[in-house]
Amino acid sequence: MSDAQTEPKAAPDGQNTPDGPITDQTLAELRQLADRYPEPRSALLPMLHLIQSVEGRVSSRGVEVCADLLGLTAAQVAGVATFYTMYKRRPAGRHHIGVCTTALCAVMGGDEVLRAVQDKLGLEPEQTTADGLFSLERLECNAACDFAPVMMVDWEFMDNMTPAQAEALLDDLAADRPVQSTRGATITSWRQAERVLAGFSDGLADEGPSAGPSSLRGVELARQSGWTADAFQPPPSAATASAEPAPTSQGASK
Amino acid sequence: MTLAQTQPLVPVLTANWGQERSWKLDSYVAQGGYAALRQALGRTPADVMAEVKDAQLRGRGGAGFPTGLKWSFVPQDNPNPKYLVVNGDESEPGTCKDIPLLMASPHTLVEGVIISSYAIGAHTAFIYIRGEVLHPIRRVRQAVEEAYAAGYLGSDILGSGFDLDVIVHAGAGAYICGEETALLNSLEGRRGQPRLRPPFPAVAGLYASPTVINNVESIASVPSIIARGKDWFTAMGTEKSKGFTIYSLSGHVAHPGQYEAPLGLTMARLLELAGGVRAGHQLKFFTPGGSSTPILTAEHLDTALDYEGLAQVGTMLGTKAMQVFDETTSVVRTTLRWVEFYKHESCGKCTPCREGTWWLVQLLHKLEAGQGQDGDVDKLLSVCDSITGKTFCTLAEGAVACVTSAVRHFRSEFEIGYTTPAWEHLPYAASALFPIESEGGRA
Repeated sequence: MSDAQTEPKAAPDGQNTPDGPITDQTLAELRQLADRYPEPRSALLPMLHLIQSVEGRVSSRGVEVCADLLGLTAAQVAGVATFYTMYKRRPAGRHHIGVCTTALCAVMGGDEVLRAVQDKLGLEPEQTTADGLFSLERLECNAACDFAPVMMVDWEFMDNMTPAQAEALLDDLAADRPVQSTRGATITSWRQAERVLAGFSDGLADEGPSAGPSSLRGVELARQSGWTADAFQPPPSAATASAEPAPTSQGASK
Repeated sequence: MTLAQTQPLVPVLTANWGQERSWKLDSYVAQGGYAALRQALGRTPADVMAEVKDAQLRGRGGAGFPTGLKWSFVPQDNPNPKYLVVNGDESEPGTCKDIPLLMASPHTLVEGVIISSYAIGAHTAFIYIRGEVLHPIRRVRQAVEEAYAAGYLGSDILGSGFDLDVIVHAGAGAYICGEETALLNSLEGRRGQPRLRPPFPAVAGLYASPTVINNVESIASVPSIIARGKDWFTAMGTEKSKGFTIYSLSGHVAHPGQYEAPLGLTMARLLELAGGVRAGHQLKFFTPGGSSTPILTAEHLDTALDYEGLAQVGTMLGTKAMQVFDETTSVVRTTLRWVEFYKHESCGKCTPCREGTWWLVQLLHKLEAGQGQDGDVDKLLSVCDSITGKTFCTLAEGAVACVTSAVRHFRSEFEIGYTTPAWEHLPYAASALFPIESEGGRA
């Protein structure tokens, strides 16, 4: 927040934002987001995602633009931007790498995956490589525990990781070879991901599978075994009966 | 043999997850999708609400509050707009059921949103999804667009006169936003910090208007209840825990994954379905419903995994996220990592949580490194005592629960931390899924 007070208001953030400052098109898109909600302030989270997609981070300029558009103070917006971990006040890399080290992933090998990524990139978590290609984050649980250890690239799933797979993945990304998420689309960039999160489609929804193998484990087992919820259909008489449980429920009750 | 024994798994929400392009509207409709919406729109909102209430559906996001009852708290004579907000901020460690649903079958949720909004009289609904899951967000956004194009959303839905707009909203990284009042603050463009209750959201929620907040799985269960009826739903489950649910198994099991079953099967049965603990190992402990629910051990294998059964053994069904750890696992290490999670995710509003989780991490770090001092385990419990019951929301209760339950079951292992590092007592490499050369603590 201190830099919000010292930086000149209209100045772009120099070399930190090689893709240039917020343009008129950005402003129009920010307004578009505000118009989507009954109360414009509800758009602040998406707006900050969009700011990141053009600035590569949330700069003090980005904070002020959002504040101006929503009739808030810069302090109010900065208070929000610094609360949520996905908003980066320092420039993120072209690809943002996250490795989960919450208890389960850590135990299953996530600590080793993180160590491999750190060694490979020469980074500590929350840092970005000098060439701007990669930034690294030590993640808290990303809701993919049945695919542990989990790594995220630009917020796409990289399931069942090993240190060797993680290293190979980084090589592919560095060489700009196509990389497919194990349960998602072709990796684009952190900035494009942020643009999609803000609410602007990149047309990739139909890429990737419907589900990963672990997600389908139960439904496959049921199919092979002929187990089905249809078995619980009460007899026609019960369907019109009162709140009386269907006869079949007695067996299921303890 | 009862039906629950002969049909241990009952795919309903998960049934179409493996279908070709299951996330597309045409695929969903071909499976009978949106038929429940047509049925619902042919009934009165009160009738739809009664069906869900009588089905005894309980919230699948952790607390287990009856969904239909929650809906009935919305004052229909309140002049403000009513809102439905879907909580898709799935972030509780171990919990991984909503994200695959959003990705594989977003239309199940969208259909549930429309029916539920109709029941409570909402004309604007929000689907709040944690931001760190790009592809599921793409899929839900596309599903909403498809639903608009097909006339399932917008004005005069299917000629019923009912209007509904749905806004898909991505979060920005904050576990606390899974707490419903923090989620509302976040959705209003504020820091995600919990609100004091009352007023409850049903009376003064989003924009101080009547608001219902339900978990993804709860809302996604609604179309099946409308289509197949409360009697079918209540035929599954146990006395007070009706219906089916998605159990998520992860960790040291042969086949981790999502297992949709009637409520009330035992952990022993669930483990059996998952191929058991990984080969050559035995169960040490597991969480029944995410890391915020007190851990259990092998002595609880025959406990019914329903709301009451787990309450009887001092824990909770929570999000039904069973994280399984075998005998190689250091409970000191897992407890530290969980508490680090709560420390990281504490919103900072309440001092006991903000400072208390910090102190728990300090103590656990020392115990993990074998540098604890005699009495540190009691100090851990004392800090827990200073936190519990003294905060706005239940985040801190989760942090306390994972510490106190771990100490209750494995106190001596924490005391070993007075002299011996956890990674020497139980070498960490043995817990990993792949060979690890070097050993030792975290870098």
